[in-house]
Amino acid sequence: MLLILSLENKGYGMEEKTLLEIKDLEIQFEVDGDVIRAVNGVSISLKAGETLGLVGETGAGKTTTALAAMHLVPDPPGIIRNGTILLNGRDVMKLTSKELEKIRGKEISMIFQDPMTSLNPVFTVGQQIAESIRYHEGLNREEALKKAGEVLEMVGIPASRANEYPHQFSGGMRQRVVIAIALACSPQVLIADEPTTALDVTIQAQVLELMRELKDRQQMAMIMITHDLGIVAEICDKVAVMYAGRIIEEGTLEEVFNHTLHPYTEGLFNSLPDVRNRKAKLKPITGLMPDPANLPEGCAFAPRCSYATEACRKIQPPLIERRNGHFVACAAYEDPSFHIERKEKA
Amino acid sequence: MSDKILEVEHLKKYFKTPRGMLHAVDDVSFSIERGKTLGVVGESGCGKSTTGRAILRLIEPSSGTVRFEGKDITSLSSREMRKMRKDMQIIFQDPFSSLDPRKTVNQIISEPIIGNKLIRDKNKLEERVLELMDTVGLAERLINTYPHELDGGRRQRIGIARALAIEPKFIVCDEPVSALDVSIQAQILNLLQELQQNLGLTYMFVTHDLAVVNHFSDDIAVMYLGQIVEKAPSEELFEHPLHPYTQALLSAIPVAEAGKKMERILLQGEISSPIDPQDECRFAKRCNRKCEECAKGCPSLREVRPGHFVACHLAEAE
Repeated sequence: MLLILSLENKGYGMEEKTLLEIKDLEIQFEVDGDVIRAVNGVSISLKAGETLGLVGETGAGKTTTALAAMHLVPDPPGIIRNGTILLNGRDVMKLTSKELEKIRGKEISMIFQDPMTSLNPVFTVGQQIAESIRYHEGLNREEALKKAGEVLEMVGIPASRANEYPHQFSGGMRQRVVIAIALACSPQVLIADEPTTALDVTIQAQVLELMRELKDRQQMAMIMITHDLGIVAEICDKVAVMYAGRIIEEGTLEEVFNHTLHPYTEGLFNSLPDVRNRKAKLKPITGLMPDPANLPEGCAFAPRCSYATEACRKIQPPLIERRNGHFVACAAYEDPSFHIERKEKA
Repeated sequence: MSDKILEVEHLKKYFKTPRGMLHAVDDVSFSIERGKTLGVVGESGCGKSTTGRAILRLIEPSSGTVRFEGKDITSLSSREMRKMRKDMQIIFQDPFSSLDPRKTVNQIISEPIIGNKLIRDKNKLEERVLELMDTVGLAERLINTYPHELDGGRRQRIGIARALAIEPKFIVCDEPVSALDVSIQAQILNLLQELQQNLGLTYMFVTHDLAVVNHFSDDIAVMYLGQIVEKAPSEELFEHPLHPYTQALLSAIPVAEAGKKMERILLQGEISSPIDPQDECRFAKRCNRKCEECAKGCPSLREVRPGHFVACHLAEAE
């Protein structure tokens, strides 16, 4: 009952429509004369109801890509060198800041990583949720606060706590508040940047369950940014693995997890301790991610890759479809007999 | 006969707060055998790090005894304790804040060696530092760099080298990999395991990551609100978890496999306040199996299967 007001099924009946389309995005940061190449040609498309897992390690460019989708990359030092970002068919980069204000929170919304710093300590959580409701839905203060209470209930916090300040909540509760703010106006696209990294596992399980429910109910499209492959398996339909500012493997969850193609993705899986086989030795990826201010000429992963050849170090491999709907950027697959060591799962 | 390097009995650490006594560690007892690893898991605020620190007396325990190689170290003077710490070291969680930013790698690693007057000769000291850097996989050329020039994985290696510098027998690893990316995390875990095999180290491995603890430990103790609620050999614990909290914890681990929808036990609510807890099962408020018994008193740890201890009124050797 508490959902009737806030959550009409926004996306209902438009499953096939592409909501967010990012093409050939290139973002650089210029700091002290160095050019940091954070994002180097990323394309993403997202339909209503879809959840894309954007996976990669620190510095892979996941968050920068997501910030660009909301036109939030700080400029300076960030410069969008190339690419288009279409949200509901409109180019986000050509919108004025007034127009951007209208779509942020309403058409596209973001959950930030750290619930401790993304809330304002001097406003009650109710006020913070009501802010975007007032703006987007034209309700007055009282109506907006009332609706904020309902949104709080939706994420499992009693509406009576709307008058409390962020410091009065625990970490898990604060993250729910952040989720409530992002969802207050039922956005069509939600970007969740490591929404559970700061939380304990049992609380993480609660939050993931909540996000899954909300996603199903609202047919919301979602980009889940995470480094945790377990969370991806839990909640995503599609996966894109990023390395040094590029997507190096992309496909459905089933394809990427069970028919892994890229050596880096293989390395990520091999680095995870297996809960069921505790004796299995971890096989870490040797070395480190290259400095984004000084990327190698060829494939950025080649220096760490056990399959790499001379050619890999010279030519940047394009993202090519190697299986049905499964793309990989790896030159080794030019040889049809090539396969990685990781066993395919039936 | 088992060779227990560390025995902890009825360890308590209470903190005074304006709202009452905070029971951070509340009557914890366990022992670790030489050369083995005890994993201590639990969520934030359960007292796992405080336990690790109280054992080394980096914070003074409120009561209880800690015996290291049979010797009660809780009554030692700070001078004697400093000598004791030559055998007991700690690796901290955050490789960004646990290293002095104004010291070079060389200075950081040699500090404990100089402090304990192990090597006085300058050339020999540098030799030793280089040897340690080699052991933990740090390139020689980094000897004069500062921590801020290095990434998290390398910084954590410095922390490990510093802990190893005075050849301890026992190391408390306080979430040593939680700040690191998975590929780097695996490198550090493998390193710690190799060191254990080569140097015969004993670890107390404190973490919130169950997959890591399972991979790494011989025995696991699960903590909740300052108490150990279950303790068993790793395999036993993962195959037959008996405490409702352990069961929920294990079911909450997201598994990196497609199409694998786990049966989840979703806990209600969050950890309650550790300030002046009442004499009842501390987990009862979130427990899906609580009964009248649970409100009557805090269950104590009892052995229900060989080597498998659990603190729950309902747990039977299923």
